[in-house]
Amino acid sequence: MWNDFTQQFWSSTIDGLTNGAIYGLVAMGYTLVYGVLRLINFAHSEVFMIGTFAALGALTLLGVDSPQSGLALVGVLLLMALIAMAVSGGTAVVLERVAYRPLRKRGASRLAALISAIGASFFMQEVFAIWKGRDQVSFPRVMNKDVLFNIGSGQVRNDKVLVIVAAILMMLALDRFVNTTRLGRGIRATAQDPDTAVLMGVNIDRVVMTTFLIGGILAGLAAALYGVFFEITQYNVGFLLGIKAFTAAVLGGIGNIRGALIGGLVLGLIENYGASIFGTQWLDVVAFSVLVLVLMFRPTGILGENLQRARV
Amino acid sequence: MSALSGIRRRIQFPDFMGVMGSWWDRTPWYGRWTVYVLLIIGAFLLPSSSIGSFMTPESDWASVLFYPIGIYVLLAIGLNVVVGQAGLLDLGYVAFFAIGAYALAVFATKHGWSFWEILPLGIIIAAAAGLILGTPTLRLRGDYLAIVTLGFGEIIRITANNLNYTGGPRGISPIPHPPSDPSVEVGGVKIFRYGVLDARPYYYLLVVAIILVIIIVKRLEKSRVGRSWAAIREDEDAAELMGVPTFRFKIVSFVMGASIGGLAGAIFAAQTTSITPPNFPFILSALILCAVVLGGSGNLLGVILGAFLIAWLPERFRGFEQYRVLVFGAALVIMMIVRPEGLLPSRQRRAELAEGTGGMGSLGGETGAVAGQRVEIDEEPVSGHPPEVLAGRDEREAGG
Amino acid sequence: MRRAYSRGLVAAAAASALLLSACGGGNDSGSSSGSGGSSSGGTLSIGFMGAQTGPNAQLGINISNGVELALEQHNAKSGVKQVKLIKYDTQGDPTQATNQAKKAVTDKVVAIVGPAFSGESKTADPIFEEAGIPNVSPSATNAQLAKNGWKFWHRVLANDDVQGPGAADFLAKTVGAKTVAVIDDQSDYGKGLADAVRKQLATDGVKVAVNDSINPDASSFAPTVNKVKPANVDAVYFGGYYSAAGKLVKQLRDGGVQGTFMSGDGTLDAQFITGGGAATNGALLTCTCSSAVGSTDPAVQKFAADYKAKYNVDPATYSAEGFDATNIFLQAIDAGKTSPSDINDFVTKIDYKGVSKQIKFDPNGELAGNLLFVTEVKNGKLAFLGDTSQAKPSA
Repeated sequence: MWNDFTQQFWSSTIDGLTNGAIYGLVAMGYTLVYGVLRLINFAHSEVFMIGTFAALGALTLLGVDSPQSGLALVGVLLLMALIAMAVSGGTAVVLERVAYRPLRKRGASRLAALISAIGASFFMQEVFAIWKGRDQVSFPRVMNKDVLFNIGSGQVRNDKVLVIVAAILMMLALDRFVNTTRLGRGIRATAQDPDTAVLMGVNIDRVVMTTFLIGGILAGLAAALYGVFFEITQYNVGFLLGIKAFTAAVLGGIGNIRGALIGGLVLGLIENYGASIFGTQWLDVVAFSVLVLVLMFRPTGILGENLQRARV
Repeated sequence: MSALSGIRRRIQFPDFMGVMGSWWDRTPWYGRWTVYVLLIIGAFLLPSSSIGSFMTPESDWASVLFYPIGIYVLLAIGLNVVVGQAGLLDLGYVAFFAIGAYALAVFATKHGWSFWEILPLGIIIAAAAGLILGTPTLRLRGDYLAIVTLGFGEIIRITANNLNYTGGPRGISPIPHPPSDPSVEVGGVKIFRYGVLDARPYYYLLVVAIILVIIIVKRLEKSRVGRSWAAIREDEDAAELMGVPTFRFKIVSFVMGASIGGLAGAIFAAQTTSITPPNFPFILSALILCAVVLGGSGNLLGVILGAFLIAWLPERFRGFEQYRVLVFGAALVIMMIVRPEGLLPSRQRRAELAEGTGGMGSLGGETGAVAGQRVEIDEEPVSGHPPEVLAGRDEREAGG
Repeated sequence: MRRAYSRGLVAAAAASALLLSACGGGNDSGSSSGSGGSSSGGTLSIGFMGAQTGPNAQLGINISNGVELALEQHNAKSGVKQVKLIKYDTQGDPTQATNQAKKAVTDKVVAIVGPAFSGESKTADPIFEEAGIPNVSPSATNAQLAKNGWKFWHRVLANDDVQGPGAADFLAKTVGAKTVAVIDDQSDYGKGLADAVRKQLATDGVKVAVNDSINPDASSFAPTVNKVKPANVDAVYFGGYYSAAGKLVKQLRDGGVQGTFMSGDGTLDAQFITGGGAATNGALLTCTCSSAVGSTDPAVQKFAADYKAKYNVDPATYSAEGFDATNIFLQAIDAGKTSPSDINDFVTKIDYKGVSKQIKFDPNGELAGNLLFVTEVKNGKLAFLGDTSQAKPSA
């Protein structure tokens, strides 16, 4: 067991960070919506899934069916990402309008919103299952997977680097947005105290819409990266990923953007380390057990704020 | 969106619950008992083939009555104790169902115990699991509890899949039936002959179990325990300040819910004679939660109705094959938009909704977030703007 | 007040009266004994049980296509008893299978082709056994099914106890692998198959360097790749289904693992190639089912042509087996047997050359004979190599 762990340490680390980066991007969407609305946006996983299909559609539109390089590659990747982000963002906004806003206006309980989210999630999955079929759909290879260099047992491949760097950059951009722009302040104000925010002139509807939009954009980027990295998608690709990403958000401190990325990276590492020690069949058990342990000793998550009312 | 709320305004749902509720309060005890007896008789008479030909023309009605309908009903009553009465969000309820089922399977096949001997043991094991899960986690806030319970559900399923003792992915089969007595025959049905062909003896057993559970749960609800749960659900801090030992009662609700789940699992395992880990996926927890909320969280009759619908509708609409789940998802969303308090909300809940406080205690409807935010605070104040009337707060109306 | 109370009582009484009246003759459902009997008039019904919707529906559809083709060809002949098909969609779910099986009993089918999957066979077959309905599975390969002492159960292909060791022997002798990694997908079928391979490899003196168990729904199999890569194995065996297999083989190749990839009948589908892309080339897939495509036997060629004409696709995994299973029952019906028990007796003694293989049953319902067939992925297409004694992989 431990032998395997030390032998596979570097490969586990690199792959853990790569997977974790994707979790983190999706987790940031969960955490934003939760911070503002206290809603577990169950349907966020489908926003991601739709993004993957949009990314694939972008490739088909551009007529890309073989690996690109150089400037063409950059162009293709950017276009893929932009289209996926736009589609996912749009989907998230529509989702909010249709499934959550009426409930918000009604003053309905968050549990009702959760059920609505579950229903929306089923609905969107099935739309794509019927439209695109239930089998996997594959992406053409967009970039050659070259190994840049090796650290011990770990292969540092160009697509892995792409994923990790993109996630970190996005997190920093989001952080900046939330901290410096007016809309970002509105988001923070609404998350902190909606009644006072209203009194201070914040437009709650606009804030909520922006929150969902940003969450969707993040999911779209994650989707494009997913397509480049894994090269497949399926109507239910969001399900398991969504649960993992939400776990990551909680692990890092829900409502905390940096926490979401950190939580994602940590979760990716835990999964890979756990799998190398105990065997891959135990990796989910390890991940959830670590979550329980972390929450027991640090109830607000890794980076959680001290002001939280996590302990009742 | 606005179209739906417009429709809602025009179609006033008749205040059925109001009328029934006030009649119910005023009627003397023999009136209520008549209804109970009639309902029980009705439940026993349900699996007739003429009803079945309408209810599920494409599947065997008695089988569907047992699973998914009957089992979902029992599970929903159990989850209602946790979510509806104590206000704890449990996303991993399927774990207790699995534990009860595996307890029966393991003890019946490996140790040769009979069904009736294992049943109390299975309930105790599930209750113990509830205790073990609850103790470290029930101090956490609502939504943290949600993800942890989800994780626990997955842990149980994956562990059952990985261990040889529980049969691994093969599961355990064949599980022996409860001891049969083929001599007792009522109305042409051998009610104690437990076999694979006829689901009705199992159904009757399940009805008896449901009735017993309802009696226990009702008594708890009216007792000090139930009142404490209501206090915890509405405002946990206030309850704590008023001297309610909240943690202890939360554990009690958890253990109670777990026991009911375990009971359902044991009966399920006996009927289905073969259980495997894929019988207990996370999606089942989500469905039971939908049943509870859809039916009217906190209201026993409501959750029974909710579970019945959630279990029956996909079977009834088998003809739509491809579109079953699609319609189901859309139906959930529309139901929540049109009637978020559930089909038969408890009168307390409707009153809360009329006031606009959104009910559900700590899971209540806030349009923003409750104090205690998690997004980082910036020191700079928001620049002064005249207060605007927000589009978010106008159109709420009173009543359901 | 009095009025409201009596109104309530009247309502309750009316409701119960409604219920009581509705339960007219409700005592006969589902309690039939062994001698079923034929359905109305001159039309008999055969049932197909398997997945038609849901994940892995394709395998069920392949079979039902074969069944429908056989029935169509039979009913078109003059002077034969018309036979109807009733499809029971279980989505491959064992609990749905029980409900559907009871429905089939109520519908008084005289025979069942199916259940398609091993999991659903476990729960549905006891019901058919008790009701006395002969059933022939064209695809359920779990070896345990034959050990239940069932009299009405049969299958027209060899079980996993043949597939697993056969694959292991093939790896050891024909492929010449000295170290192998064996991966399974934590499912009943996949783990069962992989365990059989592990056991036989040990007997053959081949080292199983890596054992691992993946979650087929996961996106990343990096932990598995990271275990397999340093072990430098000659071959990787995967027990599981095609969607996970495609993802796995792609990640293995991208991770630098070069050994031969081998898997079983759950992977034998064109979707494996779509999902895995170029990484699938050279993969070896076994099946106790045979392939109707590319055969030199004129009867098989006719089947393939008819299938293609009706469905616009080539017959796929288990289509031929579904076709053969149906024809066995049709032969019994044509010989004048109309009750389920007579049909069962006929089928038990049959010796028939089907388009998939020679069909004859052992006393316990297993197929006599244990041929294993190998298919290789060549240039993005499935290429049938024949049975394990003659197959020669290109690598």
